[in-house]
Amino acid sequence: MMERFFIFAATFLLLLILLTLIRVVGGPTVLDRILGGSVVGSKATVLLLFIGILYDDLGMFVDIALAYAMLNFIATLAAAKFFLRKRNVNLSEFE
Amino acid sequence: MSVAAAAFIVAGLFFFFVGVIGILRLPDFFTRLHAAGKCDSLAAELVIIGVALYVLRDFNLGNLLVSLKILMIALFIFVASPTATHALTKAALFAGVEPWQKGKKKS
Repeated sequence: MMERFFIFAATFLLLLILLTLIRVVGGPTVLDRILGGSVVGSKATVLLLFIGILYDDLGMFVDIALAYAMLNFIATLAAAKFFLRKRNVNLSEFE
Repeated sequence: MSVAAAAFIVAGLFFFFVGVIGILRLPDFFTRLHAAGKCDSLAAELVIIGVALYVLRDFNLGNLLVSLKILMIALFIFVASPTATHALTKAALFAGVEPWQKGKKKS
């Protein structure tokens, strides 16, 4: 019963990640892509917890999820810091 | 306990869904960032608290440790997600991304 609930929840979350990828591919600025990547990362943290419950080994997957959340945070901050001094963020200016 | 966990997780998934709709549909970068900030902090918090409750359904010391670690993830996201959102807003503002106004063309 709960097993099936977590499978449904994880599938729904994967679907939402796929929908977010639309914004990552086609966002009008670079910052939209960073934003989409950050959102995908936070969803993936939750998804790792679901995978841990489904494999019945949550003690290991919690550490992976924590490391993933930290990496996602550092990546977003570094990218934002980089584009803080780049001045051009529109994707059409890169072509 | 597991009914409460399921309720928390369903509420969190609902807010994730709303956040994704906001990211896809809203007209400019700042409003999309608003939707994404809600999606990150509120929805992820709810789902993670739900998972932490679900772990505690049979109570022993190992499960308590795992549950505390999951709450550590929740605490970290609670600090980190607004910081990331603020950094992105500052970058967008300095890079000259134009805020959407009512009469202007939708970008």
